[in-house]
Amino acid sequence: MKRTTRPQRFGRLFAELAVLLLLATTTTAADYRALPAGTFNSVLPPDGKVASAKVDAFAMRSVPVTNEEFLAFVQANPQWRRDRVAAVFADPRYLARWSSPLEAGPDARPHQPVTEVSWFAARAYCASEKARLPQWHEWEYAAAADTDRADARGDARWRERILSWYARPSTEPLAEVGSEANFYGLRDLHGLVWEWVDDVSALMVGGDNREQGDPDLLRFCGAGALSLKQTENFAVLMRIAMLSSLKAADTTRNLGFRCVRDIHPLQETHRAE
Amino acid sequence: MRNNPFKLALLFSIALLAVLFTIAASAAEAARPLPGESVYQLDFPVTDQLGISSPWASARGKVQVVSMFYTSCRYVCPLLVDTLKRVENSIPEAQRRGLQLRLISFDPARDDVAALASVATKRKLDPARWRLLRTSADHVRELAAVLDIQYRQLEDGEFNHASRIVLLDPDGRILASSEKLGSADPPFVAATMEALDRANQSGSVDTVR
Repeated sequence: MKRTTRPQRFGRLFAELAVLLLLATTTTAADYRALPAGTFNSVLPPDGKVASAKVDAFAMRSVPVTNEEFLAFVQANPQWRRDRVAAVFADPRYLARWSSPLEAGPDARPHQPVTEVSWFAARAYCASEKARLPQWHEWEYAAAADTDRADARGDARWRERILSWYARPSTEPLAEVGSEANFYGLRDLHGLVWEWVDDVSALMVGGDNREQGDPDLLRFCGAGALSLKQTENFAVLMRIAMLSSLKAADTTRNLGFRCVRDIHPLQETHRAE
Repeated sequence: MRNNPFKLALLFSIALLAVLFTIAASAAEAARPLPGESVYQLDFPVTDQLGISSPWASARGKVQVVSMFYTSCRYVCPLLVDTLKRVENSIPEAQRRGLQLRLISFDPARDDVAALASVATKRKLDPARWRLLRTSADHVRELAAVLDIQYRQLEDGEFNHASRIVLLDPDGRILASSEKLGSADPPFVAATMEALDRANQSGSVDTVR
């Protein structure tokens, strides 16, 4: 075997250091949980009628992004400070709860979910974590689980429990992230905050099923506004109604987000080892 | 006391100030800050029907009428092109020079340069004014978000989308919008003419392009 030269040894040392650094950053980074690919009946069928929704395998943040995490992001990316952000990307209430542009302060505790963030800001945050916002179908799929079933939506008692959150007044301070984990190890999908989805502008919900000849039909190319299915699933329908009313620069006191990552086949085999 | 140092210093300072002032003035001219509300805060490349790539924000400097479409759409999108043509034709010839019409595709997977070019040819869209554009799927979402155009891809590859047309001033601020299809919406045309008049007066049209 050939003897390694000095530059080669340096190269190897450098590569090893890089790997160590990578490991160090991934262990301190946010916790993502893997979800398997699946097919399910969405309240928003992909064909607008009856088709099941398909999701590929993906990994989702176990908890929503917190004030502490978002503050670190703003420090590293000053264009997202509330006093510097372009008006086209965030409305005037963006991070208004924080005590200053670089301080979350007493009204935004480190482990409370960050709220008052726009879709653009949420998207930029996820990109900084080499992730993206979930598609609606991915969010709905993850949120269909209770503590021990992947799909608990058929259980009227569970649906009622989720619904009770929506009855609570939104003036109460937000809890910290980290409620009981669901089947996939995901927390706070219900009961804490609303969450942005990447395809929020795809949630064009009509008042009712659109009939031929309806003047609104002309506004849309294709099948017109969506009609909602599974009307017994109020909690999820309310979420869609709320999200569909938002513009991408909007922020609200109860709207936060979490990120997801694609799971590539390579990563999957790596994890299985 | 012949070479009064104070006098020299004063003369020098005046000269320096004059130079600095000239530099500052020309810098301000060259890089007028982009307004926060501008849709050109988004920065990514787009490719037009001629295959030419440029930054999305390079449209800055002209009044734009913008919408989004996809070439395989048979029902509403042709109407959308009709609507934009009617807006174009409602503007007197002399003013039209300052106007650009941009249609961005929802469907980068299928709308390649050839597909865009084919629509431009078939619909006889004047290449001096019309740009049919494509960009990556990720940027399509952002663009639709700043223009407030809702869309949704269906399983069969078709898209549901709002048929909103948007008027942008030379700095990319949204001045007006319309969802009226088929005919040119009179208030929208009026807003377009007004924007063109203002742009011609300020001369920004010719200095930037």
